[in-house]
Amino acid sequence: MSLLSVRDLSIAYRSGRGPVQAVRGVSFDVEPGETVAIIGESGSGKTTLAVGLIRLSGRNAEVTRGTIVFARSDGPRDVLEMDAEELRRFRWGDAAMVFQSALNSFNPVIDVWSQFLDTARAHGLNDPKAVLKRSSELLELVHLDPERVLRAYPHELSGGMKQRVLIALSLLLGPRLLILDEPTTALDILTQRAIIDLLRDLRQKLGFAMLFISHDLSLAAELADRVLTMYAGRVVEEARVEDLFYRPRHPYSVGLLKAVPRVSGELGRLASIAGTPPDLVQLPSGCAYHPRCPFAIDRCQQEDPALVAVDTPGHTAACIRWQAVAEAVGTRRPAEALQ
Amino acid sequence: MTVRELSPELRSTGGPLIELDAVSRTFATPAGRITAVDRVSLAFAAGEAMCLVGESGCGKTTTGRLLAGLLRPTGGRLRFEGQDVWEKRGKDLAAFRRAVQLVHQDPYASLNPVRTVYDTLSAPLFRHRKARGREDATTQIVELLRRVGLTPPADFLPKYPHQLSGGQRQRVSIARALSVDPRVIVADEAVSMVDVSIRITLLDLLLALRDELGVTIVLITHDLAVARYFARRGRIGVMYLGRVVELAPAEPLVSDPAHPYAAALVGAIPEADPTVTRSKERVPLRSAEVPSLLEVPAGCSFHPRCPRFEPGLCDVRVPALLPISDDREVACHVAVRERTKRV
Repeated sequence: MSLLSVRDLSIAYRSGRGPVQAVRGVSFDVEPGETVAIIGESGSGKTTLAVGLIRLSGRNAEVTRGTIVFARSDGPRDVLEMDAEELRRFRWGDAAMVFQSALNSFNPVIDVWSQFLDTARAHGLNDPKAVLKRSSELLELVHLDPERVLRAYPHELSGGMKQRVLIALSLLLGPRLLILDEPTTALDILTQRAIIDLLRDLRQKLGFAMLFISHDLSLAAELADRVLTMYAGRVVEEARVEDLFYRPRHPYSVGLLKAVPRVSGELGRLASIAGTPPDLVQLPSGCAYHPRCPFAIDRCQQEDPALVAVDTPGHTAACIRWQAVAEAVGTRRPAEALQ
Repeated sequence: MTVRELSPELRSTGGPLIELDAVSRTFATPAGRITAVDRVSLAFAAGEAMCLVGESGCGKTTTGRLLAGLLRPTGGRLRFEGQDVWEKRGKDLAAFRRAVQLVHQDPYASLNPVRTVYDTLSAPLFRHRKARGREDATTQIVELLRRVGLTPPADFLPKYPHQLSGGQRQRVSIARALSVDPRVIVADEAVSMVDVSIRITLLDLLLALRDELGVTIVLITHDLAVARYFARRGRIGVMYLGRVVELAPAEPLVSDPAHPYAAALVGAIPEADPTVTRSKERVPLRSAEVPSLLEVPAGCSFHPRCPRFEPGLCDVRVPALLPISDDREVACHVAVRERTKRV
């Protein structure tokens, strides 16, 4: 059974102009030990979705529909039905989140050891010796010196070290799912590389599943087993990582792939996606992507397409024109296919 | 200034338009004095598109500010059309300040939130007496907006920054820089804060301005892939701890980097291709720690991390930026030795 099963999830923000439909009818699964990436531009709903999964959305957000079923050790449970105490145990214990903004959200006047101890205490681990042992093990796993780091204050750590400490902290209660929001965005290239290699290594050693959201396609290419592309609150494509990069079937995925310059191989012909993401209060009719889509036909203005199976197994796209996309893009490697 | 430091474009046109000659900049910090930029020499031809890349703390932003005349060097000279900028006074200095414009990383921070696009763009026109009256200003602004692709221009004139997307705001910043007819634009991480989906059009816009107006554009970025795209007909300079460690045309730099640090960057950068990125050849570093600017290592500042480190050489002598071919220079004892031997 899947570790996480999201079905028909919709999340809206209240606003003066009406509900902002940030997540619209999203369904997907994460299997135990699997890494799933959610890609999309800002405003695609990916952060709202990630935060919504552990019910940390702001007060102005409301889940209007759907279920989020997590396979806990004592059986499946809908996160949306959990009471406060259950939810507290679920976060950190079952699913932990590493936020993008968290690099600066450490409490500056508390040393790293106290951050670990506070987190453990909040979850009923009151034996400091046991906590120290576990914390030290985890810090060693992320290649930090526990002696030095536990005594340090956040300002004494570099960006890369903070990100390692956060990853270690998120693993303190042995979660089976790690949710990461732009885990490498603020980091330098060599530090980014070290964090990517670290996540790969930890995943193998500890066996947790990862769900990460990023605007950075290269991060998905590095780590993901499967990729979901989000646009205007919907999942518009879902595929194994190779299929998404080499056989994309949704015009938005194709657009994103064409927009990213590369360092190795041919530079290729690059182009930005025309237009801007839609207003989530007043969405375009039909497919929300049609005003920007080079493949759009009249029908796209009327029909909001559902995800349908395309020409590779386990691959779905929400596009009535996917065959035309397949013809244009082919099944070659992107470096050639996008010429 | 020797010929080897000039790009091919520069050689055909005579002298450089703007030039840093052994420029240094130190800063006093509570912990001590740091040298953010250490004897950097770079010359730019009119109409050149060049990229400076490096990680945080490498001095690329300070170099950009030195180039734009916003920071005074603590050593060396900034020359514009052959004249020392910091010896200029009055009108000459004002002319230099118009000629070199900086476009900031963060269009949220650099545009005044209570000013409309019209206000933002008319201010420099009036200040520099380029526009006579509102009508003339509007005509010029409409032309500027068209040039940066904000069309129809009339729609944008009354808008405030919060009513614009990140990409549109960055276009307004570029239009503001263009309003005073600059010869050089220094764009510091100008595309880093906008969505990946529209970065290419912004880079294309800058390249088009260079082609149409002959403006020299220096793009400062941490993203080597962006640098490769932008400087595909120009040069890339890689900086590390305040020094330029490699200066080369974009393609040879990314396909065959000569400096071990440049090679480490090329090998480490994740790419949007699962097969390529998971099978890239990495350059193993001896240390992951970036040294503090307060304690820059002796000799080559990269030596404590460098896989090609040679004791007694790299930790003793600072490598100069030396030519390894007609258009490439590298500051590495080992790379220079190996690559000049080959020829």
